[in-house]
Parts: sequence; structure tokens; C-alpha cells
Amino acid sequence: MAIFKDGNTNSSDRSAWDRKRHRQLVEESIKKNLGDIIAEESIIGQSKDKKIKIPIRGIKEYQFIYGKNAGGTGSGEGQEAKGQVIGKANGQPGQQPGQGQAGNNPGEDVYETEITIEELTSYLFDDLQLPDMERKKFAQIESERKFKRSSFQRKGIPPHLNKKRTLAEKIKRQKMAQRDKCDSEENESPERIPFHENDLRYCRIKEDTRRHSNAVVICIMDTSGSMDQTKKYLARSFYFLLYQFVRWKYEHVEVAFIAHTTTAQEVNEQEFFHRGETGGTYISSGYEKALEIIEQRYNPAIWNIYTFHCSDGDNWGEDNAKAVALVNQLCTISNLFGYGEITTSSMYGSAISKEYEKQIHLDNFIMVMMGDKTDIWPAFKKILDTESGGNS
Amino acid sequence: MAAYSLDELEYWNDKIEKLVWDAGLDCYEQHFEICSYEDMLCYESYVGMPSHYPHWSFGKAYERQKTFYKYNLVGLPYEMVINSDPCIAYLMRDNTLLIHILTMAHVYGHNDFFKNNRLFKRDTRANLEMEMFKAHANRVREYIQDPSIGPDKVERILDAAHGLKFQTCRHGERKKISEEEEGTVPERLKEDLLAFLAEKGKLAEWERDLIHIVREETMYFIPQLETKIMNEGWASYWHYQILNQLELPQGLHLEFLQRHHLVIRPHQGQINPYFLGFKMFEYLDQQPGGREKIMAIRSEDRDQSFIRRYLNQELCEKLHLFSYGIQGDDIVVTEVSNEEGWKTVRDNLANAVGLGSIPIIRPVGVENGTLLLEHVCDQRELELNYAQETVKYVVDLWGGKVDLRVKIDNNPKIISCSEGKIVNIHD
Repeated sequence: MAIFKDGNTNSSDRSAWDRKRHRQLVEESIKKNLGDIIAEESIIGQSKDKKIKIPIRGIKEYQFIYGKNAGGTGSGEGQEAKGQVIGKANGQPGQQPGQGQAGNNPGEDVYETEITIEELTSYLFDDLQLPDMERKKFAQIESERKFKRSSFQRKGIPPHLNKKRTLAEKIKRQKMAQRDKCDSEENESPERIPFHENDLRYCRIKEDTRRHSNAVVICIMDTSGSMDQTKKYLARSFYFLLYQFVRWKYEHVEVAFIAHTTTAQEVNEQEFFHRGETGGTYISSGYEKALEIIEQRYNPAIWNIYTFHCSDGDNWGEDNAKAVALVNQLCTISNLFGYGEITTSSMYGSAISKEYEKQIHLDNFIMVMMGDKTDIWPAFKKILDTESGGNS
Repeated sequence: MAAYSLDELEYWNDKIEKLVWDAGLDCYEQHFEICSYEDMLCYESYVGMPSHYPHWSFGKAYERQKTFYKYNLVGLPYEMVINSDPCIAYLMRDNTLLIHILTMAHVYGHNDFFKNNRLFKRDTRANLEMEMFKAHANRVREYIQDPSIGPDKVERILDAAHGLKFQTCRHGERKKISEEEEGTVPERLKEDLLAFLAEKGKLAEWERDLIHIVREETMYFIPQLETKIMNEGWASYWHYQILNQLELPQGLHLEFLQRHHLVIRPHQGQINPYFLGFKMFEYLDQQPGGREKIMAIRSEDRDQSFIRRYLNQELCEKLHLFSYGIQGDDIVVTEVSNEEGWKTVRDNLANAVGLGSIPIIRPVGVENGTLLLEHVCDQRELELNYAQETVKYVVDLWGGKVDLRVKIDNNPKIISCSEGKIVNIHD
């Protein structure tokens, strides 16, 4: 005689611990693949709330399994003939028969997950493990005074009266009065209970001082004709990362974008990330523009200035000397000057980079080379290392 | 609220049980537990066991199953049965009355198979298994909570042991202790890489214990892997016989036929074990010797011998079985079931069922601290990416360099993995 047992209706979540650990491992795997993800064109210049899909390699459980040449057996409809092609090797069918739980599908276990760019950047920069003192270097001066409500008090001035809370107090008192009456078994219809002074509640107001970081990041990009699609894309990826970083780390940082060919102009974020141009190259024009902007808006005595420049280094020869001079000038007023050279063809630096190397020996000047998208992340890290190493 | 009562289940169970007795099936005492969808998912992720040690792979299995159900990629199993005495089966509360009736009849088929098949009788101890899983769970939890060990170290060993869990002796029998020489692999461990590593690897006592836990669990499941087609075929064969004799009301009977055909339908281009096993037992029952013969088969055989002995040309043709192989990017039919081809089709299938789908890796010797392994190669070669990763697990347990002899494109090669987990392939 069989025994029937009605199992618990309220289930215990026994797999919770293992699921949590699995998610942790998936998260770690996302972080490991970040280098690939950040260089995806589709995410450049997107707003921070936009959701993007990124492929995640599933956490594999490796075992010894047979490879492709193992073949298999299947059941069909009787129409199959020798030599007939019945599918693609990477699709269906092809599962080994009778595997049960024995083997895993050798197929790439990739699934997609959706995350916002903001989540992505926080993964990215968590990974950097920057020390907190970073923040201090962006000294804070300008403060903003704001008044914020916080909790309640019995005394106050009429404009701070909190009506909702006051009403709640009155209802409480009303209910208490009713209960007292019930106890004394008097069953009168509830009389109207007016507000009492003790019901009144006022908002407590706190002064909230918020400090602004007074830092500005100036992004200069070479948009000349020699900067082909790939190069521009690399430069943009780099700036995108930088820009995301700055926005993530510092709440109030100003960013100025400069695009230059032989002349330079200040552009907005949208244009900076999406516009293409052609023309020759005077690197100095970009630097001049930067100096101009600094002079007009960001007094170096008050502002921390971070200047970055990306170019393929294909500068017109006669401009080199001027460029070097301006870099020196920018270095003296900037906290950091970063020069990123995009070298798609070879890893040999350009003429201008050699000039920089020879003539600029300031601690806050840093030069990085980027050949393809895998170099972006290391380059970015190198710049940040200088940032935290140089001054601390 | 479900559309049936416990009384109804008991009513139908009594009728089923009577038919089971009359048919001569020999079962353990049967327990049914009615559980929720969530519980069913959990049982499924934890290989059916009410108590099991923790590991992230079970969390993964859970998420995976849940996603599949969410997107309707697979249906929930109607039932889960555990090879134990008493035999425990779970029924999912949300199912219809008919599914429960079908499932109960099906479960008795499994129950009989567990109790009578040679592999289960020899390699599992049905009355102790539940206790074994519970004891394992407790031991692993103790190691996790031990401040000198902790979850990370336990996970490292379990990851590795899981990766190698099928590299253990496949046929249950334990060999006699023999003379042991330095640098050679003792006879009794030659076909048992996992036991070899547990014994000879540079491991702490608790690490050896973890490997044994994984190994014992694999031993428990090997009979199920080795008899998947027979076991499901047997259970399907009996649920079909029993339900046909139950005199179900017409509505239920129609639902029964529909469900039954869903269960045993052929899967295009694959082998559905329910389909193949059901068709074979149905065919064999109609042959001379009939009922007695299939009773003997269910006691004596495993999938491999079952197919080799009883899958004949007539069946191969009727079931439209064919072999395929990979040529370039295409999957190409290499042999069909006709006069000349059916034996090849049968043999290919017999070689690939059960543990035949898992490569055999054996320890062959130790040279200067390097463990030498070989893949016992038939025509089939290893998947290299997986092999390179899995070899790292061997290093984890061995505690030193490991060389694995393989064949790549029919040329002998060695996959070497250093202690620092650097893998390279050379001649």
C-alpha cells in the first residue's frame, strides 16, 4: 500500500545559497570580459540609462567530452538517405543520444544579459579599486546651501506646518478617545473632534551644504582626415571611458570637448562622439583652444584641470615646435596632461610623440599608445595610475 | 486548489497497485510526495535528493531550468523517482488528475526496475542511499563552516571533482589489492582516475573525503545513466499497459492517449529514450517468450547490451534510425537502416549510450612527479577546449604537472598542464 504525503505548501528556498554563489561567479565573469565590452561601438555615446545587451559566457562545468568527430544516432522519418545533409554542425540536431545528465553540450554556452551603461561603468571602475583619496585631489570649494526637511517637531513656524502628519496625530487622538468610550460602555455617536494644539507637527529643517568639486576635464580630439574610422573609433572609445569615469567618480565635474583639424572649435558631447571631419592637422590649434577656454572660464588658481588629447600623431611638420611649447604651457597649468596616440599601422611612435618624449619631462605629462581596442583599457589604467601615483 | 482530492489519488493508486501485482512486477514500498512547482524545480536541480551538499552548479541548474520553463522551452517533468527503499516519488500539485494517474503507473515501472535490475542490485544500496546523501551534505557543510577550511577551499575541490566525476570505475566491481610499485598505477586504480587522485594526490584528509563524496554519488547514478533507455522504456511500457486496463472514463482516456504520445514521440534527429525503450519492449513483448522474456531482460541488461542484443533490422527500419557525422560545417547522414546499414547504425548507437557517451581517461604512470594520463581512444576524439580546461582540474587534485596523451586528427599528441596551470599541446 503506497503512502501519500502532502508536501509543505510553504516552500523553503533551499537553492538560495547556491544561486547566490552562481550569480557571484557570473558577475566575476562579466568583469573579466569588460575589456571586450567597453570597446563595443554600440555603447559609445549612449546615455547612462540606456540598456545594452552584452553577451556573457556562462560558467562552464568542464568535463572530458567527445568532440565533433564523434557523430551520433538519430531517429528520422524514413526519408533519410546516405550523404544527405540534415543540419549545420553548430545548430540542431547534434545532441548525443542517451546523454542524460552525463555531459554538457559542448556548444558555446553564451547567454545575453541586459545591463545599463551606468551599471557597466560601476562594474568597470569597481574593478579598478581606486583609493578613496582620489576624490580629495579634486579639492572642493564652491559650496551650495540648501534646506532640507528632516523629521518632525512640535514647535515651529506656520510655513513649516506638516498637514499630513498633523492630521495623523488628530486621528490617533480621536481613536484613543473612542476606545476609552467603548471601555466605559457609553455608546454615543462620535462627536466631532477638533484639532488641538498638541496635534500640530512641523517639519524640522536642516541646512544642507553640498560641496562642488571644481574640476574640469578638457578632451581634445584630432578629427582630421588622417584619423580614419578605426582611429576615431578608438579615440572615442577612450574618451567614452574617461568621460564615464569622470561622471561616475565625481558628481560635479565640468567637461569641455574640443575637436580640431587645422583649426579647433569647442563642441558638445553629442558632436564630439559622433561627428566626422576631414582636413589637415595642426595639433597646436587644439591646444590653443584649450588654453583659451581655460583662460576664459577655468582659472587655474581655483580649478583642477585635466587635459587629454587623442591623435594619430600625424601632425604637419611645421607645427611640431609650437605644439611642444603649448604642451609645456598646458602642463604647467593642468594637474595632468594625457596624450593618447592611436597607432593602427605600427607601434612606432610618430614624429610628434618622439618630440614629446625628448622635450617634455614633467611628471604630470603622460603618453600612451593604442593600437587596437584591446589597448584601450590598459592605456586608461596607465593614465589613472599616474594620477594616483604622481601626487600621493 | 487542485482539481482532484487526495482520496481520488488513493482510489486510483489502489487500482494501479493491484494491476502491478497481477502483472508480476516486484516493487519496493512506494511513497508519493505531493509538492509545489518550486519544490519540484529544487528536487530537479538537486538530483532528486531532499538533502544534498551545496555547490553553485546546483544553483546554475536551478536558474537554467527555471528559465527554460519560463520561456516554455521544456515542460516540467511529471514526476521524479528516487532509487531508494522505500521508493520515493514526487508528484507536482498543479498537474491534472490524469497526469497523476499516468505518473503513478509510470513510477511503479521505475520502482520495479530499480529493485530488479542487476546494475542497481549490485552497485546501489537502496535502503541506505537517502542516509548517504544526508551524511554527505552534513560533512560538506562541516568543512564549509570549519574556520580553517571555509567555502572557497571546499569549492575548489568540488569544482575539480565534479569535472572528473565520471572518470571512475564504470562497472562497480572493486579489484583486489595487488602489489604496488613506485611509478606505476596499482591495478585496482587503473580504471578509476578519481580514486587514484583521492589516494595519491597531494591532498589533505578533508580534500580526499570530498572527492570520495563526489565519487560515491557518481556510483549511485551510474546504473541510472547506464539504463536510461531501458528504464524509461520499461516504465512507459507499463504505464501504457496499466492505463489501458484501468477502464478510465472517456475524457481521462483521451487525455491519457494524448499525454502518452507526447512522452514517447520520436525526437527528430535525436534519440528519445522513452521512444526507443517503449518501442523495443512493446515489440519484444509480442515475440515468442513475450512477458517472461522482457522480465528477464529488465533484470539482466544495460542499455548497451539491450541494444546490441535486441535492436534488430525490423526495429531499426520501423523506427527510421540513422547514423550521422560531421563533415565540415554540415551534419551528414552516414548510414541508414537498410539491409547493409542497420548493423552499423545499431553498433554506433550501442557504443554511444550511457557512459559510452563519456570519454575514458586513465592514469598510466608517474614520472618525476608528473602524472601521465591517456585517453582510451576509439574513433572518437576529445573536444579540445574542454580537455584543456578539465586537465587543470586534474592538476588541482594531483598537485603537480599532468600530461594527457590524446589523438588529434588521428595524430598522437600530449596535452601538458603545468603546476601553474599553463596548458600546451605538443607531440
